[in-house]
Amino acid sequence: MTLDLRPDPLGPGFDVPGSEIRYREAFNRTLGDELRRDPDVFVMGEDVAGGAGREHLGIIDSWGGAFAATKGLIQEFGAERVRDTPISEAGFVGAAIGAALTGTRPVVDLMYFDFITVAWDQLLSNAAKNRYMFGGQGKIPITLFARSGVAAGYSAQHSQNFYSMVAHIPGLKCVAPSDAYTCRGLLAAAIRDDDPVIVCNHKKLINMSSFVPDESYTIELGKGRYLRRGSDVTLVGMSYTTEVCRLAAERLAEQGINAEVVDMLSLSPIDEDIVLESVTKTNRIVIVDEDTPRCNMASDIAALVADKAFDSLDAPVKRVTGPHTPVPYSKPLEDAFIPSPEDVVATTVALLGA
Amino acid sequence: MEITPEKLRWIYTTMYRIRRFEEVLLEQTALGKSMGVAHTSDGEEAGPTGICAHLTDDDWIASTHRGHGHCIAKGVDTAGMMAEIFGKHTGLCKGKGGSMHIADFTKGMLGANGIVGAGIPLGVGAALSAKLKGDGSVGVSFFGDGATGEGTIHESMNLASVWKLPAIFVCENNHYAESTPVEYAVSVADIADRAASYSMPGVVVDGMDVFAVYDAAGEAIARARAGEGPTFLELKTYRYHGHFHADDPHTYRLPEEEELWKARDPLPNFERRVTEQDLMDDVEMERIRNEIDQEIQDAVKFAEESPLPPLEELYTDVYVNYSNPPQGLR
Ligand SMILES: Cc1ncc(C[n+]2csc(CCOP(=O)(O)OP(=O)(O)O)c2C)c(N)n1
Ligand SMILES: [Mg+2]
Repeated sequence: MTLDLRPDPLGPGFDVPGSEIRYREAFNRTLGDELRRDPDVFVMGEDVAGGAGREHLGIIDSWGGAFAATKGLIQEFGAERVRDTPISEAGFVGAAIGAALTGTRPVVDLMYFDFITVAWDQLLSNAAKNRYMFGGQGKIPITLFARSGVAAGYSAQHSQNFYSMVAHIPGLKCVAPSDAYTCRGLLAAAIRDDDPVIVCNHKKLINMSSFVPDESYTIELGKGRYLRRGSDVTLVGMSYTTEVCRLAAERLAEQGINAEVVDMLSLSPIDEDIVLESVTKTNRIVIVDEDTPRCNMASDIAALVADKAFDSLDAPVKRVTGPHTPVPYSKPLEDAFIPSPEDVVATTVALLGA
Repeated sequence: MEITPEKLRWIYTTMYRIRRFEEVLLEQTALGKSMGVAHTSDGEEAGPTGICAHLTDDDWIASTHRGHGHCIAKGVDTAGMMAEIFGKHTGLCKGKGGSMHIADFTKGMLGANGIVGAGIPLGVGAALSAKLKGDGSVGVSFFGDGATGEGTIHESMNLASVWKLPAIFVCENNHYAESTPVEYAVSVADIADRAASYSMPGVVVDGMDVFAVYDAAGEAIARARAGEGPTFLELKTYRYHGHFHADDPHTYRLPEEEELWKARDPLPNFERRVTEQDLMDDVEMERIRNEIDQEIQDAVKFAEESPLPPLEELYTDVYVNYSNPPQGLR
């Protein structure tokens, strides 16, 4: 089943059987679906099974990944296909690329998005370039997933959003689900896609619930969605900032401002059309990105609007982002780092007043 | 190896300080006082203590995510550590780092590190600058069994060996990396065997026995100071609690196994040895424990009463020189 998300906002309006489940459960369920559907799919990463591999001790239900994404899978699919790794990101990401080139479909748990840098050379020099350099001979159907984002005192080395670093590289794809529903569809699409895809799971989304159909489905890579329709201003979000935009839009509505919320979902490829379509109608745009401000996704989308929708703008393009600093530990500093709904409301009100 | 009475007292004080700090920190974390994740090292006290007993403030250590013991053994102030973990401005890093990122350069402590394996080359770098400056200091890299899966350890050992650096590699093999048992993830029974591939001595040490660690470290550090190059020490040890404050270790290891290790606890082990040999007595050890209990209680009080960092701190310390770092765009 492929659900067409455009143009209607999503919600219980879906006429399919389903239930409210948490993001992490949607993720886990999708991994199970894909492992069942395709024998070439396998999962590997640190602690994806954990102590679960020690059957002789009678311990069969251990970590199942850092956010329980793989919990219970080893029992059904065994230790060959739910494979614990040593702490060797460069090695096992590189091995995933080699395995993908030779006929399997690895799904790799990177644990935290920050750790992508340990494997970065393999992704940048091998995964992203192999097909092109070798004239289109190979394909690399790997999926990498990781927890991203600023939350709960994870501090400088466990909080980063490297969306734009990935999107910058020709040959890599990147998706940023914003709830349990989009998580399931995008993860399934990523695993079935023949290119390397990085799936970012924001820490703040993982325990949130939303309606998810029972049956398996995909959401097309490279397509955004409207989360809310409006005519006064376009708010653009990705991953958790979609939720920030949704909350801001509710507050703006109380002030009589009718905001449209565009949820990017895919960051590479990126849905230019939905951004341009929306801003052409609202004539104002605020892009919300939790990443640091230089060369981030918000800047990329702002440039797109300046380039292709300049004539429809009634006000400057605005970006709401983190500061040009590492992520601090202490809560008040962390709070100040994160773009909040209040920040988005204030920026939007100022923009409309201008 | 000969140990002076002062050194013995320092060793006991340091091990007990680490133990108490970790226990109290876990209590405080359960009360919601810590602002993030904390990885505790109780059970592993003999390692950092036996190593750092041979170091001065001019020697450098590089640490890991499980760094409280390394900090304390290197002489870092427990009140400043507690305040850091509570996210306070009086913390050693102004509340900007937290438990996984405590450093005190004045004590030769180059910092805990949240990236597994990332601290190892820093210790080698300290050894490189020691060699370049010829100042006789050494660089010690602490890391876990799990970290030996990373490329950095292999690259660092080779560098230290070919350049004959005054470097010490200290592998704290606590038998688990998160929930993954060492025998699953490491291809050798004794990680110290890896040293041979890099032409340096590799020594397996009982990491629950501070005297064994003290002796092995003494030799390695003397070798380094004498310009004879790096040594690899593997300390066999055990962490008493979960991987981090909220982890239940019983999902992946058995209580029976924990009891076996706790029977070899480094503190009673030490107490038995020194009383048997009439080196320290119960009264003195009790006095030390009372002093430390008070110190850690005071550290909590200090941390609690300290102010939060002002918002301006968000923007400081990014660079030494950079005139206009963009603040958040709003
Ligand atoms: C590059 C990187 N990969 C993975 C992690 C997640 N992680 C944090 S601690 C840890 C286990 C480390 O095990 P070990 O080196 O044995 O140290 P221990 O925790 O036992 O002290 C892992 C996998 C990380 N922080 N950095
Ligand atoms: Mg370990």
